[in-house]
This record gives sequence, C-alpha cells and structure tokens, in this order.
Amino acid sequence: MPKSDRAAQKRQDKDSEASLWIRLATFLAVLAVVALCGMIVIAALPALLASSHTPFEWVWQPYQGHFGILPMCAGSVLLALSALALGFPWALAIVIWHLTEEAQALASARKGFGIFIRLLTTVPTVVLSFAAVFLLTPLLRTAFGGTGMCLLGATLMLSLLILPTMVLVMESGLSQRLDALCPHALALGLSRYQLLCHCVLPKNRQTLIQAAVLGFGRACGDTLLPLMLAGNAPKLPTGFTESARTLSAHMALVTANEVGGAAYNSLFAAGLCLLCTTIAVTLVLRRLAPAKDQKTHS
Amino acid sequence: MKSPLPWLLRLAPLLLVAVCAVLLIFLLQRGLGTFSLSLLFGDVPPLQAIFGQRPVWDGLWPACAGTLCLVLLTLTLAFLPGLGCGIYLAEYASPGKASFIGLAMDILAGTPSIVMGLFGFTLIVFLRQTFLPNANTSLLLSAGCLSLLVLPVIVSSSCEALRALPRDLRITAFALGMTKKTVISKILIPQASQGIAAGLILALARAAEDTAVIMLTGAVANAGLPAGLFDKFEALPFAIYYTAGEYQNTEELARGFGAALLLLLLSVLLVLTAHFLERRYLRQRQGFHAAGRAR
Repeated sequence: MPKSDRAAQKRQDKDSEASLWIRLATFLAVLAVVALCGMIVIAALPALLASSHTPFEWVWQPYQGHFGILPMCAGSVLLALSALALGFPWALAIVIWHLTEEAQALASARKGFGIFIRLLTTVPTVVLSFAAVFLLTPLLRTAFGGTGMCLLGATLMLSLLILPTMVLVMESGLSQRLDALCPHALALGLSRYQLLCHCVLPKNRQTLIQAAVLGFGRACGDTLLPLMLAGNAPKLPTGFTESARTLSAHMALVTANEVGGAAYNSLFAAGLCLLCTTIAVTLVLRRLAPAKDQKTHS
Repeated sequence: MKSPLPWLLRLAPLLLVAVCAVLLIFLLQRGLGTFSLSLLFGDVPPLQAIFGQRPVWDGLWPACAGTLCLVLLTLTLAFLPGLGCGIYLAEYASPGKASFIGLAMDILAGTPSIVMGLFGFTLIVFLRQTFLPNANTSLLLSAGCLSLLVLPVIVSSSCEALRALPRDLRITAFALGMTKKTVISKILIPQASQGIAAGLILALARAAEDTAVIMLTGAVANAGLPAGLFDKFEALPFAIYYTAGEYQNTEELARGFGAALLLLLLSVLLVLTAHFLERRYLRQRQGFHAAGRAR
C-alpha cells in the first residue's frame, strides 16, 4: 500500500469510527472466547485443588473413589501420535505425487483429486465412525479376536480423518515455492521431483511441522471416532489390539452416565487438559505462520 | 525424461481413493435401499407427520426437523456477531487489535467441539446452582454452543470476502464523498454478499454435522418433533451415533445407514455449494480487479 494512500486511510478512520453494532459484535465474539476459557478453568479449579479424589492418578474406579484421568490423557496422546505416525507420511507422499510430473501431466485428474481432498475434510466424523463400526470392527474382530474395538481401528480411521487437512496445509505451503523455482531448476535439468525432494522440502520444514501440529490438534480433539471405535476401557493400553479411552470420549461418557460429585470434577479437569492442549497447538501454529510469510516476501 | 517417481508415491493417492471408495460403497450398499418416504416418515402419511398431527416413531423426520431447527437457530445467533466481527477485522481494526481478535478466533477455531459442549454443560450446572434451578439442557443451549463453533468460520469468510474487493472500489467511493459507514453498508457489503453467503453455507454444514456438542447439551434419542427452545430435541447426527450403539433390530440398523447416507449427502452438497460460490466470487472480483488495472 503506498504511503499517501495509508495516510488518507488513516484520516478516513478518524472521520468515522465503527458503528455501535459492529463494535458490539466484535466485543461479543471476543467475550465468548474469554468466557469459554474462563468458565472451564473456574469449573476445573475444585478438582485441581482437591486433596482427596484428585483427578491426577492412574486409576479410574468411581465406586472405589478413584477418579484418575491420567490413563485417558495417555490414551489421547498415544492415539493422536499413532494416527500422526500413520497419516503424516501418507499425506507427504500424496502431496509429493500431486506436485510432481505424473499428476501434472494429468491436469483433469489432478483437479478432480484436489476437489476430492477438499470434500474429504467435510465428511461428518459420525458418518465415518458409523461406517467403520460396521466395516472395520468386524474385520479386526476376526483378525485379532476380542470385541474388535481397539486402538488400531481408531488409529486407522483417525489417520484418515486428519489426512486431508495435512495435505491441504502442505500443498498450500509447498506448491507456490516449487512453482517459483521451477523455470530455473528445469533449465538446469532437474525434474520437479528432484527439485521438490532436494531443495523445496529441506528448505520448508516449517510447513511440514505446521501440518503435523495441526494434524495432532485435530486428532486430539476428535470425539466420535475414539468414542465409537476404541472400546473405552479406562486403563492404560499395552498394545494396539487393546481397548483405550481418550479424554474426549471420557467426557462424553461421564456426562452421559454420572450425576454430580467427584466424577464431574474429573470431567472438568479433562476438559481443561484438552483445552490447554489445543490452545498450545494454536499458539505454536501462530508462531510458525508469520515466519513463513516473511520467507515468501523476501 | 522418465520420472524417477518411486512406486510408493503412486500408491499413496491410490490407497486413499481405494479406502474412501470402499467406505462409500459400503454405505451406499447398505443405505441406498432404505431411501424412500418411509425412511423419513415411517408409516405415517407425510403431510400429517410434517405438521405434527401424528407422531413419527419409526422414521427420521423428527431428527431431520430437529437438525433443521438447530441449524437455523445457530445461524440466527451467530450471523450478526460473526459478520460484525468480520467487518471490524477487515475495515477498522488496527494491526494490534486485529492480531488480538485473530488470536481469539484462532483459539476458538481450534477448540474441540466436545469442549464447547462441556462449556454449555458447565453453564447449565452453574445456572442450576444459582439463578435458575429448573434450567436444563435444551435446543437453545445447543444452538448457542454450536454458534460458538461456527463463529470463526463466519468471521474469517466475511473478513476475507471484504478484503478480496478491489481497492479501486473504495477509493472511488471515498472520492465521491461518501462516509466510511455509507461505503461499508451501501457498497462493500452488497458487493461482498456472495462471499459472505459462501461462509454462511459452510457454517451451516459444520453446524449440521457436529455431534459432540449436541451430545452434551440436550440431544436425546426420543423427543419427537422439537417442541420449543427450552426442550430437548432429536438430531440427525445424534440419531446415527445412537443407532450404532443401541440398535435393537435390523430395521433400526438399516435406518441408521439411511441416516448416515443422508447426512453425508447433505454435508457434501452444502460444502460443494459453498465452494463454488466462493470460487465464482473470487474469480469475479479478481477479474474486475484485473480489468480495472488494465484500463
């Protein structure tokens, strides 16, 4: 924006303040966020300060007075990390394929695949879980025995859920930079694939980290897939064919089944854990994003 | 030159398409057969069911009506705050304020829907202990929490739509002596209305598919048609979740598949509409912009 324009803009701003309803709307929107965080912190305080029935232990046995949510924390982290371990390389492979020669040659297929990925981000998770309960769970049951509700099934579906998000983030970060370098690199005899693997990817680790962090956040926050597929046993899983419970699924189960008392307190503690995780994810993403912008400008 | 692409890279997209195709075919195979009027209305005549003269026990109509009410109420609650905040962000906010509001919206957008549900649940527990001992989870509470969920979508899309407008438009309008308020309400918002509409449809899709929020804030399996703002209600996503765990016979299971397919179709349709609206909007704006520059 030229300097004189900016000065004119500033004068305009002084001339006319935002009208009342706009300021009110903005205030309301920000207030909602503050209220959300504040309310959950306040509700979780009794649980955090309580000397008996502390939520930070490894046993969940409500009838014996143990309300530990640590197994669920571990379940959430474990599930999100394993979904990431599966989904991240998969997403990276798809992006590399999508940006290099073969896909470039098939322009219409490439465009169709782009729309397909975009559509995948909008599949309702409840539909995904519903299909998996009746398709994947019986398969796992015959393969590994037990009920078929296990960490493995949830991991597979969760990686499918976070895949399109990660693909979109990586693609938007990498494609422009690849295209900017392309004329020079092609003149030097490099293929797009070589350029991508040897120059663009090592230089843009930030984009990859961004995609991974975003995927982790989404995987932690999802409720329906773990709730319907992971079996919900409140203990630490020892293998991928074991049942596990995540924080989000725990919250859904407790509000459905318990009435008041220490179980509720643990519920708010679980909510606070989840909220802190996702806020941390958001802050990390914001830290990563401006650095990326500077890079493109210079 | 032959590309040295390893086979693993070719396999990745194929695998994704194959997995999705298997899931979709499975859903279609089990759900498509149930698509008929009786999926919605059971054995009650449709007109009587729609006007609530006779309750529907073995159909999806109450759940569909519940979802419809929920989504409309959510948009009613979220539209003005979202639009206002978007306008402020695009037109008025200083860089510092913009980054603060942006942070708040990012946090809201990143918050898992179950936490929004927990917020609503906490609110009700709090109200019960203090002012309103009779307060209970209800349609209004669900819509309020869902409007938190879709607020960032509306804010960012209206902000982006306003920012995509060509600067010439503003300069011309100011040069004609209009005040900023007039420019925004008479020129910028009408010009950006398509982009804003795309955001609203996207918000609609998010509100229609979310399950975790309504699970904690008042959706139940058997409520009939939504009776009022302060009553419990049925909703399509909750009906799908409930069927997966609690179905009694093959008929109910088939209805669950029908519901899943219906919800999938609905959200895909909504998102495609939003996508094409947005694309058309951006293309028009950029075309206009480029033409202005060339002249």
